[in-house]
Amino acid sequence: MRGWMGKFKSLFLLSALALVLAGCGKENLTALVPKGYGAESSMNLIILSTIIMLFVFVVVILVYVIVLIRFRRKKGQENYIPKQVEGNKTLETVWTIIPIILVLILAVPTVAATFDLADDSNASEHINVDVTGNQYWWHFDYAGEEFQTSQDLYIPTGEKVYLNMLSSDVIHSLWIPSISGKMDVNPENVNTMYIEAYEEGVYWGKCAELCGPSHSLMDFKVIAVSPEEYDQWVEDMQSVDPEAEPQDAVAQDGKAAFEENSCMSCHAIGSSPAAVGPNLTNFGDRSKIAGFLDPTKKNLVDWLMDPESIKPGNKMTGNYPELSEDEASSIAEYLMQLQPSEITPESAGK
Amino acid sequence: MSIAATQKRGFGTVLWDYLTTVDHKKIAHLYLFGGGFFFLLGGLEALFIRIQLITPENDFLSAGLYNEMITMHGTTMIFLAAMPLLLGLMNAVMPLQIGARDVAFPFLNSLGLWLFMFGGILLNLSWFLGGAPDSGWTSYAPLSIQSPGHGVDFYVLGLQIAGAGTLIGGINFLATVVTMRAPGMTYMRMPLFTWATFITSVLILFAFPALTVGLFLLMFDRMFGSAFFDVALGGNTIIWQHLFWIFGHPEVYILILPAFGLFSDIFSTFSRKRLFGYTAMVFATMLIAFLGFMVWAHHMFTVGLGPVANSIFAIATMAIAVPTGIKIFNWLATMWGGSIKINSAMLWSLGFIPTFTIGGMTGVMLGSSVADYQYHDTYFVVAHFHYVIVGGTVFGILAGLHYWWPKMFGRILHEGMGKFTFWVFMIGFHLTFFIQHFLGLMGMPRRYWVFLEDQGLDLGNLISTIGAFLMAIAVIVFLYNVVHTAIKGDKAPADPYDGRTLEWTTASPPAHYNFKQLPLVRGLDPLWIEKTEGKGKMTPAEPLGDIHMPNGSILPFIMSLGFFIAGIGFIFQVDHSAWLIAVYVGMAIAIGCMLIRSLKDDHGHHIHKEELEREAD
Repeated sequence: MRGWMGKFKSLFLLSALALVLAGCGKENLTALVPKGYGAESSMNLIILSTIIMLFVFVVVILVYVIVLIRFRRKKGQENYIPKQVEGNKTLETVWTIIPIILVLILAVPTVAATFDLADDSNASEHINVDVTGNQYWWHFDYAGEEFQTSQDLYIPTGEKVYLNMLSSDVIHSLWIPSISGKMDVNPENVNTMYIEAYEEGVYWGKCAELCGPSHSLMDFKVIAVSPEEYDQWVEDMQSVDPEAEPQDAVAQDGKAAFEENSCMSCHAIGSSPAAVGPNLTNFGDRSKIAGFLDPTKKNLVDWLMDPESIKPGNKMTGNYPELSEDEASSIAEYLMQLQPSEITPESAGK
Repeated sequence: MSIAATQKRGFGTVLWDYLTTVDHKKIAHLYLFGGGFFFLLGGLEALFIRIQLITPENDFLSAGLYNEMITMHGTTMIFLAAMPLLLGLMNAVMPLQIGARDVAFPFLNSLGLWLFMFGGILLNLSWFLGGAPDSGWTSYAPLSIQSPGHGVDFYVLGLQIAGAGTLIGGINFLATVVTMRAPGMTYMRMPLFTWATFITSVLILFAFPALTVGLFLLMFDRMFGSAFFDVALGGNTIIWQHLFWIFGHPEVYILILPAFGLFSDIFSTFSRKRLFGYTAMVFATMLIAFLGFMVWAHHMFTVGLGPVANSIFAIATMAIAVPTGIKIFNWLATMWGGSIKINSAMLWSLGFIPTFTIGGMTGVMLGSSVADYQYHDTYFVVAHFHYVIVGGTVFGILAGLHYWWPKMFGRILHEGMGKFTFWVFMIGFHLTFFIQHFLGLMGMPRRYWVFLEDQGLDLGNLISTIGAFLMAIAVIVFLYNVVHTAIKGDKAPADPYDGRTLEWTTASPPAHYNFKQLPLVRGLDPLWIEKTEGKGKMTPAEPLGDIHMPNGSILPFIMSLGFFIAGIGFIFQVDHSAWLIAVYVGMAIAIGCMLIRSLKDDHGHHIHKEELEREAD
């Protein structure tokens, strides 16, 4: 008996140790350190349900251990016949009623929170963003404003932002673990959810519904900045001149190459609500390339030369002429210079 | 017939015997063999998944292949491993437990088996014929509609054929329990495993048609240009999710209730005590089954069904905790005051209690809809359903195998190896899956081909992979145990465990007619009653007389082969209409077999009284 319990205990100790080592996960990615309204609502229920369940678990394990210690067949008991008990009304009623009460304790706040998070009656008074999920990138169209972004969603802290989400292809699911739980992005109907970030920062967003080979690379970022900075950023985005010539010669070549190689047939610089490919207006400010690579020129050149090797199954592969190393390099230079605002993921992350 | 006697016959004879058998015990062997084979295959796929996730941004598998791997792992384990293994145990034991000589429809029993076999083979042929399905075992539209190649077609046809087999099996068990109970075996005297088989069959009967419909719609969309799930043409993808989960959630209970049943029998036997609260246990099982149909949308909390639907399904889901809790406490109360003997079968059952309690607890946590917005489609869910399906169903299957191995094969599995298997598997299991609860909350969605560096997920995934290999080692030892036992295991007496129920009144393994004379049942745990209040063995309910038994038939095998050929034809007729020939030929074979079966009378055979008298008791 001791061997069994010993192994069980060491197992738990090992798991606990692993947890301590790993902490609660990476800040601004983990749901265990909530930094937004939805995530906090979920966390409250996670904690409540964990406490209730741990109580049940402790009771079960207590009885279990007592049973195994007291009632094991010992030497000399080979012929012992225990009393054949049919049941016990009182006991059975007790372990029916108590779970019902425990479930009710959990059910009431669950229902309250469900209705609270689904409430979109005041949506029109807040910022609304039309979100489109695509294989394998996200498009954000700020309702009432004349600009769009892709992959980086800027929001002001302390305000509700309503996301009206629709998919252009298969089902996706938008998840920003530290800020809010997830909601599916369906192709047939707009799903609305609101998010609210408490603190400035750059938060990881993920796709949580299997959407094809590069499902795991469909990351995006939420850039939460102060309301003043947000207003500044909106102004910067609105005053972008998409036709502006870059300063240096390489980037000018890049702009020419960008136009020659029919990049514009899918990508837009400046406002274009119907986006086939990601909007590149503020590409130079983006926190990541392709959603998950560090924003270095080398990564961008690699992406332009062979996107398939980086994001299998993406829709860019094969839809543009093959680029020479020089062309890719100059296009990269041009794109990296598209930096319309001082408000960037870097400034928000500080 | 003992194994030794079987081995003396030629291989061809044995093969033909198994291909044509309608004997529930031999069909059980085939289910266990088929299910065991697919279990190993699904386990191999699991190992590939865990190797891919051993380090961040690993490139052991390509993205596309990884999606095929997770799809086939899930589909294989649910449809081709867990369910057939359970059907195998039900086939082997349930007729014995109710004192019957076979199931109600032996021919259909064989048909169900071969449909499962051919469906499973068809699905797995996809690996060699252009790629396996890659849209997840849930095969959500429109991803499954857009999936290139024939992978999803194999999924549709393979599951359609295997599913028909399961449905036939379920109907057969229902009819068996209703009509074939021995004299005195009233409903409320049936062992819990029989009850579980009965209720599971009801679940199969009502749940599988939803899957059948869904698969047909998917098939029409992919092959014949319909647009049930094509949004551009006015279709709706959410309908697939409803159809799938109206089947899919009861499916979870199809997997777990038989395990509940056999644990009840095992706890009672090895505590030498009557099952505590028998009536409550029966009604708790029914209640779980009933509620199981009312909760499917908890798989869809994030779909956007609205707060009313989410609240209703949240509460319904939590309600299942009540009957499940009743069961856990009744098992503990059964052991309380008993005389507990711990062997391999009992170890698996004892391991089940804490493991399944954790799985049930996380189930209630998932039922809290707003908390689920965080858990949904993350490794938390992966951890939860492995705690339930491995901790419940797989532990149950292994407990059942160790418990009934002597009854099924006439030999007792090696105890030492059995205990080693348990401990290594148990530790490996918790290492693999406990940490995954936290991985999910730390921001790791499920079905991720790679996880990125520097996201705090490395250590958890490494531990998880190590655990998976421990489970693999345990399974290899179990396989060795099976071979070892077949060659030099101890011969089993009729009643090796001081059993309580009717299966222990027959020889190990039983003669093919099971009972020379049907037993008279005087109460719950009939053998125990005779041991404590009677002469130690069953009183016959009938005089010794001729026994009527069904004849074997090759028709179920050929009929299933026909459906298999037609399935291949359906899959490839998209490429070239010449493949329609395979559809016609296959269907002709299947329908031809049905005609032969319908038109040709087969009255079975009799085992004569004189023959029975010659055989020793």
